[in-house]
Amino acid sequence: MKNKIQKIAYNSILVLFLTLNYSCSDELTERNEQFPQLNPANTDDLAGTWKTFLLTAPDEFSLDAPIATTAAAFTREINEIKSYQASVTPEQKKIIKYWSAGGVLRWNEIMRTLVARHNRPPYQNEDGTYPAPSAASPFANPEFPFSNPPYAARAYAYVSAAQYDAMIATWHYKKLYNRAAPFTVDATLPVLIPKSTLPSYPSEDAVLAGVTVELLKLLFPTEIAYIQEKAEEQKLYRIISGANVRSDVDAGIILGRKIAGKFIARAASDGTGAAIGNQALWTQLESQTAATGETPWKSLDVPARPPMLPLFGKVKSFLMTPEMVVASRPVPPPSTKSEQFAKELAEVKRYGQNATRKNMQIVTFWADGVGTYTPPGHWNAIASETFVALNYSEVRWARNLALLNIAMMDAAISCWDAKYTYFNPRPSQVDPSIKTLTGTPNFPSYVSGHSTFSGAASVVLSHLVPVKAQSFVAMAKEASDSRMFGCIHYRSDCEKGLELGEKVGGFAVARALIDGAE
Amino acid sequence: MKKFYLSCLLLAPLFINAQTEIDGIMMSKNNFCFGAVYQHSSWDEYWEGTFKRENLNLGTVSTKSITLNGNYGVSDNLNIIFSLPYVETKASAGTMEGQKGLQDLSLTIKYMPFEKTIGKATYSLYVLGGLSAPVSDYSADYLPLSLGLRSKTASLRLMGDYQRGRFFTTLSGAYVKRANITIDRDSYYTDEIHYTNEVDMPDAISVNYRIGYRSNRLIAEAVLDNWVTQSGGFDITKNNMPFPSNTMNALKVGVNTKYTLRKIPALSIIGGCNFVTQGRNVGQSNTFYGGLFYILNLKKTVQENEK
Repeated sequence: MKNKIQKIAYNSILVLFLTLNYSCSDELTERNEQFPQLNPANTDDLAGTWKTFLLTAPDEFSLDAPIATTAAAFTREINEIKSYQASVTPEQKKIIKYWSAGGVLRWNEIMRTLVARHNRPPYQNEDGTYPAPSAASPFANPEFPFSNPPYAARAYAYVSAAQYDAMIATWHYKKLYNRAAPFTVDATLPVLIPKSTLPSYPSEDAVLAGVTVELLKLLFPTEIAYIQEKAEEQKLYRIISGANVRSDVDAGIILGRKIAGKFIARAASDGTGAAIGNQALWTQLESQTAATGETPWKSLDVPARPPMLPLFGKVKSFLMTPEMVVASRPVPPPSTKSEQFAKELAEVKRYGQNATRKNMQIVTFWADGVGTYTPPGHWNAIASETFVALNYSEVRWARNLALLNIAMMDAAISCWDAKYTYFNPRPSQVDPSIKTLTGTPNFPSYVSGHSTFSGAASVVLSHLVPVKAQSFVAMAKEASDSRMFGCIHYRSDCEKGLELGEKVGGFAVARALIDGAE
Repeated sequence: MKKFYLSCLLLAPLFINAQTEIDGIMMSKNNFCFGAVYQHSSWDEYWEGTFKRENLNLGTVSTKSITLNGNYGVSDNLNIIFSLPYVETKASAGTMEGQKGLQDLSLTIKYMPFEKTIGKATYSLYVLGGLSAPVSDYSADYLPLSLGLRSKTASLRLMGDYQRGRFFTTLSGAYVKRANITIDRDSYYTDEIHYTNEVDMPDAISVNYRIGYRSNRLIAEAVLDNWVTQSGGFDITKNNMPFPSNTMNALKVGVNTKYTLRKIPALSIIGGCNFVTQGRNVGQSNTFYGGLFYILNLKKTVQENEK
């Protein structure tokens, strides 16, 4: 009897532990690790003639002619590749696997990580005021930047637009100099990635590294070491894999840096630095709304926090003039004293009281709040996973992400313009008994940022990938609804936000029709 | 010989996690002890990494729970224990909605392979194997107001108990293996972005020390408990949101008592409290609990039925 019990006890504990070891495998399968090597079906040979954003011409910045492939110096460059290939380390194989999925794609992913890492509101001072991040002293508390949704939208747009212009210049020079790839010159050279039929000077990956590093230094100055490390990996990957020789890479970095300069100069004077406003402006926003008889927005943060980037609506757009921003502005929200408003407030309250698990899932899935890559980052992730399957050339990757991100920057500008024109309160401000299922953003309610971003993104993506239009529209609607289910927005905020997003997204679509790529 | 005839659950709840019976007492054969415990736990300061702070947008975060517990004596040295808490969370300030619902069911097999009395002293050793799993579809990714962390866990605890007269001391240590969880997002940030809805949960080690007085009528003990998350977790960065796979450590001190009624010896009352004194990425909780337990001798019932 005693033995039997002992046996049962030992066996139970043994079984328990075996189950445990089998059932708790910790390996995660991450989607971006499954991406295949980029092997474009269409190399977009004529992309050197596509319309640029800031460059006056694809050769606005000069690039020296390369040495001939018959030169002894070129042979030595091929020998460099061979010497790397003689012993490729597991770490180097990992780098090749990572970067060969595509340079535009990987830099976009890196940016999403940087945005998420810096998307944290400043912590209050002892006296209840808040310190502001400063580009001049980025390591001070709070670190610069606070990559909130408008900051992030602009950052994604600048990097994507600069990469696009840089790729146009790259395609131009590839065609102009027409220098053969190392594996074409030396047929015995093994190539570790799919062979491109394009001329290899300058290296598109190096141009991407050159242009992106410079912009990211500006946008995320505390991350320079991290960014440089990634760029070094990308350069190394091109040489070890046999896709480029050293001079392709060196030329690419130089060209990329020059082009970055043009975008950095524009960023310095686009109005973002002043978007935070000051106490006089914050007070004025409140009093001018109160003067109309409406309830002005109040921060629900404790201690009360100044409104997020009240002058972001004045930031210089890539595709919209200030007049177009005003012309696109949505009609005023329902008055807080109107029956319509009462109805919408009651609807929000109902969503809170009857929060289904399904609604909570939707709220969480689209929340993209503090510590995340923001709604524009979410749409970049959606776009990237769509584009991976379409096997674009690097120049088309850059173009499509530039159109998407410029549209979302315009969404941020237009949405913030509406928010600070109307300065209306969140549901929980009007009715404190309304509890929310996600954090209450620290800016006025009308119109919903998520809805505007999503409307713009779905319009652009539907144009670029028409077969998936239905799914993009459905996602945008769900993202928009999520803010109502989460009890932080009224129906008008969401519906008018989607409309506004679709309208400004239309400007990017109009540009897509004439940029030479379609 | 140590008498364990009327022993019952003394609970040392950690966070709001599955609770394991970790006292040096066994239910005797065919006895079934069951009961309910009400617990109130709250904090208004927490550790963001190692930085201790308050959050005026949360105010006081409180967790109330009612837990159903049972312990069946398969034999005098083999017990099977379960617990199932219903949990309600709330923040006193800010706009965030609290949560409520059933949390995790935990099952523990408690085995005493060794017990020896030398003179006035009794030495015993125990092995405890536990499993826990969520029983409702609550969201883990709603910290600090989520009902729990959702992770299926399996734990192995080794425990030694020494009793001399009515005074005793118990020391135990456990390794808690935690399974990956899935959340409602398809990407999330730890130190970089992970493009999956699956989260790798770090394992934990728990060390528990108790000392006190133990008789058939009354048990009173002081408890020191240390929960240390193993590698794979990460800190909440400045003014960021918490995440289920954060490193969550807590050092707690507390008191547990159990009193068995003289007139109804099958009924006992328990109560106690514990306080987090040091932590990392957890709230500095103060916890108070009380409950009732009743013991049935199932053998007797069976025999009566057979007659």
